[in-house]
Amino acid sequence: MTDANIRTIVTTQLGRIAPEIPIDSIDPAADIFEEFDIDSMDFLTLITVLGQELSLEMPEADYDQMRSFDALVSYLKSRDI
Amino acid sequence: MSKFVMPSLGADMEDGVLVEQLIAAGEKVTRGDIIAAVETQKGVIEIEVFEDGFLDEWLISLGTTVPVGTPIAIIRNSDVPDPPKEPEVPQPVDPRPDQRPDRTPQPVDPPEQPSPPEVPPPAPDLHGGSSDEIADDARARITPAARRRATQLGLDLDHLAGDRSKSIALDDLPAPSDPPDATSLSAMRQAISAAMTRSKREIPHYYLSDTVDLTAAEDFVTTHNADLPPDARLVLGALYVRAIAIALRSFPEFNGFFEQNQFVPSPNIHVGMAIKLRGGGLVAPALHNADTGDLATVMAKLRDLVTRVRQGRFRGRELSDPTITLTSLGERGVRQITGVIYPPQVAIVGIGTPRLRPAIIDGQIVARNMATITLAADHRVSDGHAGARFLRAIIKNLQKPEVL
Repeated sequence: MTDANIRTIVTTQLGRIAPEIPIDSIDPAADIFEEFDIDSMDFLTLITVLGQELSLEMPEADYDQMRSFDALVSYLKSRDI
Repeated sequence: MSKFVMPSLGADMEDGVLVEQLIAAGEKVTRGDIIAAVETQKGVIEIEVFEDGFLDEWLISLGTTVPVGTPIAIIRNSDVPDPPKEPEVPQPVDPRPDQRPDRTPQPVDPPEQPSPPEVPPPAPDLHGGSSDEIADDARARITPAARRRATQLGLDLDHLAGDRSKSIALDDLPAPSDPPDATSLSAMRQAISAAMTRSKREIPHYYLSDTVDLTAAEDFVTTHNADLPPDARLVLGALYVRAIAIALRSFPEFNGFFEQNQFVPSPNIHVGMAIKLRGGGLVAPALHNADTGDLATVMAKLRDLVTRVRQGRFRGRELSDPTITLTSLGERGVRQITGVIYPPQVAIVGIGTPRLRPAIIDGQIVARNMATITLAADHRVSDGHAGARFLRAIIKNLQKPEVL
């Protein structure tokens, strides 16, 4: 899957969780919790739907590789989907 | 024959707007069925019926605002439905006919399998399944702000709902010709203000706080989640709920309602979860029977509740049922929160953001994950001594996450 496709999927799912935050207003390299004003339950919801959509296991031990929007996209890309 | 009235969904609710009629006149209803949705300052609330019978007639039309206690429908308790009848009084001309409840005569067939009305209330296909199916699948999902604008613009929600898996959001709707008013936020602020003012006026609060070591609880969550798929994972908040619920079994003076000058302890433990709403305000709906089942049960309930609250969609009972409230600041908050009791409850537990802090264990200074836990409780019902014991019981429970 291309980088652009992954970005689209992540953007769509974050848009459901944080609909009032315009994607172009965030810093993609900064803390995803801060940028989208989400909590651990929101993040778990995000990981759950991304894992289902992309048929990926996203173990909690990897959470540290998903701490920003860009990091999450890179992580998903590195999982060779 | 009984009247189904606009319910009171909390100390701060004075009126509500009937926005959905999910059951057509003549249909069978079973205790617990969701039969209507009401818009309040706290969003769209689903309303359950509390008896078995047949919905004889809707007494008010969609979009009508009525005070709490106003009859909105007639429930007939007989087992055999009367033949349907035409409305006796000519209905006023409705400016939005698509949203009008069905007034055509119902079939005389058994009411369990009525054919769908020709002009269903807001969402189609409401009559084939259980209320859960109605709640989860069939109905057009819409955010409260979008619903308000759709109502202002006179739009039919069915025609907006292209993708059923998505909620209709404000951005999906055309902009109103006038700038949108600020009613949603100010109404929410008014509701919070009314409840908190009453609390501060009526409840003689006392406050206690202590430090809770959450290292064991966080380690437990990490270990538990390591090999599990996301939908089976826990969050720390579920452990907080369990620790409080189990402690409450021994401290009934913090679990119940103070009404009409007396405290009535509740036989059930329904923990109100303070949940912030995106776009402003908060609600604290109940996580029901938090002391029954296990951690996984509570986690599933918590996930369901938070998901529905974020969608602006929860049930009336959930707002009026909590017997105590938990307010947790999560991982991005500050050290401490001192809660304001939500009347008629008598206690609120606050848990600040856990952080690595120096602690002394066996004479050594070590880094531990610590949080500040607080209790605000009602002096009409309990004293600081009992409050301290209750708080210590919660802290103790959090040291043994494996038994939660």
